[in-house]
Amino acid sequence: MSYLEYNVKFVPTGPRKFLYINWPLALLLIAVASVGFLMLYSVASGDTSRWAEPQMKRFGVGFLMMIGVAMVPIYFWRNVSPVAYGVSLLLLVAVEFFGDVGMGAQRWINLGFMRLQPSELMKITLVMLLAAYYDWLPLKKISHPLWVAIPVALILLPTALVLRQPDLGTSILLVTGGGALMFMAGVHWAYFAAVIASGVGLITAVFETRGTDWQLLNNYQYKRIDTFLDPAADPLGAGYHITQSKIALGSGGWTGRGFMQGTQSRLNFLPEKHTDFIFTTLSEEFGFVGAIGLLVLYGLIIMFCVSSALSNANRYGQLLTLGISMTFFLFFSVNMAMVMGLIPVVGVPLPLVSYGGSAMLVLMIAFGLLQSAHVHKPR
Amino acid sequence: MRKSASEKTQSQALVTRRSLLVGGLQVGLVGALGARMHYLQVQESDQFRFLAEENRVKISLIPPARGEIFDRTGRILAENVPTYRVTLTREDTGDVDETIASLGRIIELDPEYLAEALEQIKKRRGDVPVTVADKISWEALARVAANAPALPGIEPQVALSRRYTLGADFTHVVGYVGPVSDYDLGRIENPDPLLHLPRFQIGKTGLEARQEDDLRGKAGTQRVEVNARGREVRELGRVEGKQGSDVQLTIDHNLQNYVQARLGDESAAAVVIDCQTGDLLAIGSAPTFDPNLFVNGISVADYKLLLEDDHRPLVAKSVQGTYPPGSTFKMVTALAALEAGVVTAEDTFSCKGYLEVSSQKFHCWKHSGHGNVSLVRSLRESCDVYYYELALKTGIKNISAMARRLGLGARHDIPMSAVAQGLAPTKDWKKRVKKEDWVLGDSVNASIGQGFVLASPLQLAVMTARLATGRAVEPRLVKTIDGVEQPSGAGAPLGLNENHLRQIRRGMFEVVNHSRGTGRKSRIMSKASQMAGKTGTSQVISRRVKASEVPWEQRDHALFVDFAPYDNPRIAVAVVVEHGGGGSTAAAPVARDITLQALYGDDPPLSEYPSRDRGRIRAQQKKLRALRPAPSSGSDDRA
Repeated sequence: MSYLEYNVKFVPTGPRKFLYINWPLALLLIAVASVGFLMLYSVASGDTSRWAEPQMKRFGVGFLMMIGVAMVPIYFWRNVSPVAYGVSLLLLVAVEFFGDVGMGAQRWINLGFMRLQPSELMKITLVMLLAAYYDWLPLKKISHPLWVAIPVALILLPTALVLRQPDLGTSILLVTGGGALMFMAGVHWAYFAAVIASGVGLITAVFETRGTDWQLLNNYQYKRIDTFLDPAADPLGAGYHITQSKIALGSGGWTGRGFMQGTQSRLNFLPEKHTDFIFTTLSEEFGFVGAIGLLVLYGLIIMFCVSSALSNANRYGQLLTLGISMTFFLFFSVNMAMVMGLIPVVGVPLPLVSYGGSAMLVLMIAFGLLQSAHVHKPR
Repeated sequence: MRKSASEKTQSQALVTRRSLLVGGLQVGLVGALGARMHYLQVQESDQFRFLAEENRVKISLIPPARGEIFDRTGRILAENVPTYRVTLTREDTGDVDETIASLGRIIELDPEYLAEALEQIKKRRGDVPVTVADKISWEALARVAANAPALPGIEPQVALSRRYTLGADFTHVVGYVGPVSDYDLGRIENPDPLLHLPRFQIGKTGLEARQEDDLRGKAGTQRVEVNARGREVRELGRVEGKQGSDVQLTIDHNLQNYVQARLGDESAAAVVIDCQTGDLLAIGSAPTFDPNLFVNGISVADYKLLLEDDHRPLVAKSVQGTYPPGSTFKMVTALAALEAGVVTAEDTFSCKGYLEVSSQKFHCWKHSGHGNVSLVRSLRESCDVYYYELALKTGIKNISAMARRLGLGARHDIPMSAVAQGLAPTKDWKKRVKKEDWVLGDSVNASIGQGFVLASPLQLAVMTARLATGRAVEPRLVKTIDGVEQPSGAGAPLGLNENHLRQIRRGMFEVVNHSRGTGRKSRIMSKASQMAGKTGTSQVISRRVKASEVPWEQRDHALFVDFAPYDNPRIAVAVVVEHGGGGSTAAAPVARDITLQALYGDDPPLSEYPSRDRGRIRAQQKKLRALRPAPSSGSDDRA
């Protein structure tokens, strides 16, 4: 189409690219991250140096990385996608052998200057590879079993490694994110119907094998599921997280107890209050209004991403944007559902808000890729 | 792979369709999250806010300081001293064994005590703190406090513990406290929440138990904000409790000490009562033991020793022990007869050594007989036959009624443990309890305080005080509670004929002061202090053998009651020496010494004793003086 051909010529080049960055999206990211700084300041009882300051520094670095990544042409990222995926996979394998054990799971690899969580990296590189794959794959082959089997394998390979660490939350994110990308790329819906059906079967199997030698999950994972199903059974034991989290959320009311006034988080009733459960502090201190406010900010981010994707004629850029936004969506919705007691506690941080180094950096790189797709989309 | 333009359009359309579908799903999920937030934060908010409040506010009890106990002079008898201890709360600890092990590295733990504590930890509710180390040094407490962050659920505590300053002297009167036991909790309906505090001390025996309600006070409450670990962050508010009431006894600690020392290791009891007011000046029971042993739980070995002693140190014989009063009961029979008008003081009966009643011979202690005996002589020489005759004339109904009027067979409810009622038998009583008819022989036995009659030393002292004053003197042990004077026991006149009483007192006077009196050896020399008394020997087993040839536990009980001074009675004393042999030899000297001590408030001059006893008495005074408590430091005392 001549219209497209014509517009392709107007892909910005040089320093002008800077102006074409999706600035509303960037501002939304800053807004969400600022909510995070505020909450980290609050849970540290007004101590900036404990969590808020390192988090700000990381966000600053991440923001610059995002701009940097956005400046690089999108075709470069498409071309390095398989390599990035391969490196992530190698790192995941490396974690098996050299990983540090933290919180009872082997998740970290020490790079000297920082501790990297390869599973974080994998969430993005998997999306990159799948986007590149469907960009390359002709549309008519898309639902052919062989061409479906390949991405499924690409998803399940890292998932299996992550599950071994063990990190159930990331595994779910990888499978769901990858699957969503395949769906949006146009794979026939019957495959998904089949997967959902077998998923139900798998869940049954998970419970049926419990207590046998080949049980599918770790005891602590079973315990978490039990706890989710009946948190009141042992409110001071395993159900503690969920019970306390719900109390914190619920005691917030309409407008909350006020900044720095949340007794639940202030008094250490909440576990992991600065990481996975930070949303409860927000809810307790700013109430329903505050919680919905954050949810709206997240929703706006997704909206800007999706609208950017839909107006992108570059298939790789489009799928990449959709994949990353989907991953982001899964991040915050799983975290919120978890702290609100809708799903079991699986250990997924609240993106941009929870305290955490590599998650933040990886996320900002991902938004850099998304921005690159935006900047370099044919206009 | 190059793609055609149409394929591009097609894929674009597909992606748009699918992403809108996914987008719709996302909107749905976000809506669900929002709805859940609304549910938790708006609809159920009240409930969660309540839970949050409960979560962060812990209401803890502030134990009140137990009331202190003083003697009539203001000398402190039971005080509270701070002790340091370490408690463990299972719920906050995580791994109990591990925490105990870490604690063991910081301070020394008594393995025996610890084993019992671990038992408690298993048994009690998870949120109840259990003491794992008690009476530790201040340094040890400081070490625990310094290491608190590494010891979850461990809390160093300062608590008040009871200390009995005069130890064994007041064991039977004051009793002792001890940690609340499961048995205690089971007995009390709707127990004070204080009782669930770790090692909370309540009165177990004696006054400590009987005046528990006054002494305990009321718990204060403290609302503290706590974090999830249970550590207190700050105090939100406090309601002060009420300290336990201080109790002042009528007992004089110096006299009490003398009485205990004088009774020594005998199995004996002595009660000193103020005739005019009913104030109990000393209540001795021997042997005794150190009540401080019991405060924090006595060891099994020590307890066994006390329990198996044939002199029964655990029993407060002064109020719990009941004995056939023997000849000390003769005043009751005589007065009953005089009041009934069946005899006059001048009437005489002939004693030929025995009296035959219903074809059974009842012997006088003097088998050769006393000849003609009048009232005063009968008391002085303790003729039994005279009283057999009185019993036949007076009848058990009158005797028993008189006994009750004089304070026997009735429970004087002073706040000590298991105060005995004694027994003034009647025909009805025998029918009801023994299922037998009363026979004349029973009256004859009762007339000399044998048979069914039973009295405690306290009752005998009350009887003597009533005889001395003619008033219904009631014993009083508690002088003040929280400074408020308790009702006096002076009592109203008994309505007895003063002439009759005078005859009885005369008889008692001659017991100790007449050359033929049975208690003559124990007389008091000065006219101002002269006492009147009555000896008594009550049979444990009916046997006519010399006392020294009989095993200890079969020997007769020795009794003596007296009041002094004879002209103006101030005090009455009753002494019982279990299996002591004769009242005149075993009980009278003790009673005399106690009487003099009470009259003088200190060691009496030797001139009060018959001259040939003085050497022995001097040695005895010196020995007993060594056992006196050191004068108090003063600051503990109240004026």
